[in-house]
Amino acid sequence: MEVAKPIQQNRLAALEKDIKKERRQLAVKRFFSNKTVLAGSIMLIFLTLFAFIGPLISQFTPLQIDPANRLAKPSSEHWFGTDNFGRDLFSRVAHGAQVSMGVGLSVAVLTAVIGMVIGLYAAYYSTLDHILMRVSDALMAFPDILLAIAIMAVLGPQPVNVVIAVTLAKIPVVARIVRSSALVIKEQTYIEAMRAQGASSWRIIWRHILPNTVSPLIVQVTYVFAIAIILEAALSFLGAGVPAPDPSWGNILYDGKIVIYNAWWMTVFPGAFIVMAVLALNLFGDGLRDLLDPHSNKALKE
Amino acid sequence: MEDCPLLEVKELRTRFSSEKGTITAVDGVTFRVDHGETLGVVGESGCGKSVTAESIMRLLNEKSTRYDGEINFKGRNLLSLPEKKMLDIRGNEISMIFQDAMTSLNPVFTIGDQIAESIIVHQNLGKREAMEKAVEMLRLTGIPSPEKRVHEYPHEISGGMRQRVMIAMALSCKPSLLIADEPTTALDVTIQAQILEVINDLKEELNMGVMMITHDLGVVAEVCTRVAVMYLGQVIEESDVDTLFDSPRHPYTRGLLKSIPTITGDRSQKLHTIQGVVPALDNIPKGCRFAPRCPYATDQCISESPLLEALENGQKIRCWHHEEIMKREGVTDVITTAT
Repeated sequence: MEVAKPIQQNRLAALEKDIKKERRQLAVKRFFSNKTVLAGSIMLIFLTLFAFIGPLISQFTPLQIDPANRLAKPSSEHWFGTDNFGRDLFSRVAHGAQVSMGVGLSVAVLTAVIGMVIGLYAAYYSTLDHILMRVSDALMAFPDILLAIAIMAVLGPQPVNVVIAVTLAKIPVVARIVRSSALVIKEQTYIEAMRAQGASSWRIIWRHILPNTVSPLIVQVTYVFAIAIILEAALSFLGAGVPAPDPSWGNILYDGKIVIYNAWWMTVFPGAFIVMAVLALNLFGDGLRDLLDPHSNKALKE
Repeated sequence: MEDCPLLEVKELRTRFSSEKGTITAVDGVTFRVDHGETLGVVGESGCGKSVTAESIMRLLNEKSTRYDGEINFKGRNLLSLPEKKMLDIRGNEISMIFQDAMTSLNPVFTIGDQIAESIIVHQNLGKREAMEKAVEMLRLTGIPSPEKRVHEYPHEISGGMRQRVMIAMALSCKPSLLIADEPTTALDVTIQAQILEVINDLKEELNMGVMMITHDLGVVAEVCTRVAVMYLGQVIEESDVDTLFDSPRHPYTRGLLKSIPTITGDRSQKLHTIQGVVPALDNIPKGCRFAPRCPYATDQCISESPLLEALENGQKIRCWHHEEIMKREGVTDVITTAT
């Protein structure tokens, strides 16, 4: 914090700029020194590139059938081999990546927003708390996959409905995390001090409690992202998710199950990508928690 | 407006409903604070000082709290105002400083943002102007290079600094009443003196009324003009500060003053103590609340509750036997130990 140089008219603005710049540099430094979050981010970037560039560089479309060339081994033409209809697996896995990551991201964003609102208001108003938490207890009593299958059965097999089903199954988890940290924050002296300063309930909830619950929320949401990818794959594998012939990692695995002894590539490639996506997100989430937790980054602050 | 007092609390009774039944934390408290004066409210932990303050601000959970009596602020009864009106009063006309400066600031905002927020809420100013005012307020509280400090986060500054920030925040909208709830308890004595000085200076500058809640009689002697002594939810003695220290009348006040150690006293001598412990709030004595611990208690004290009686010198006292005690023991015995 050494900025004791020329002091003139614009010194306030200049000071503000300097301090903000220094903060930014510190944040970047901290990010790069955290190996977990770095590894997670690199893997995530790779997966995103794969999902968007993969379909472009592949000469085949995911639905293009070539019966003569069924279950071909990985080769220079079909990088990941072909499936039981002779469709190019690389193209299918890349398109599947779009579906899976898309579903995962939508679920993560939706659960974060809805869970946050529910959690914050439940923590602040005790009557609402009883109602909302009993509802979420009921939702949590079902295994995720069973609840999602039930919802899919009602709504019909479509990618949008997968998002809805998984979101509904995961909202209670996020809402509880937000609620529990908001309950702690609510009792802090600075919230009472803000009330004594005339802040309205709305202001307290959104401006003062919310920022303090963001770090557990973000961490939880990265896990929800990962779980959503697994759930989507599981649903598609069971035939209750993304319907054939559209590719998703789950239904490619399903197709591969029948020929698992003859065509290992149909199981290994989509499986590897699921593992990589979930691992990347978990690493990212873990690293993020260390990064956002003020207690763990003291060592780096001079 | 000019003739009515700044704050007048009349027969305030604050009750909480809990699993054990109703608990009366404040029972018939009456006092007033005028412009430019500092009223000290003293008493031991749990005697209802803070609850009184929170009642004035209406900060308690209204679902489980019942208020009776009146709190007149500039002629308006705060207890009958709707919550919306209270929002305009809190922070704008009445402000509060809390005991624990370490946790009274939101860790995710810079101190400038936090001070500016109150200004923006109450005074309809833009962000930049509010920030400039925040810097100005910080300068008033004696923080060095405030234009640099406004961009720091609460964890980057010391406890004394944080308490100054709290004061700057509380006074940012130039309130006419400041409630300071043990503002110096968590600070060491040097900082304590500085903080008290800041509060006193700003009081004079803004012509505020200050309600200083404390259990430190040293603080009272230093800054207060009048003092109300509380015991178990009641005011038991109220007088100007000199009278209180020169001729305390209530046995509890006398006990408190006698318990202050002196620098010149005999070191082998044991410190004076008040016998017994404070009864729990759900088990309040029927008569005088201090009777079980009072060395002068009679049957009348145990069965009948005394009223707050006003004497001709402006002193108010809640005791059946204060005249007798004064006659029997005089004032000298207390003065020598207290000063």
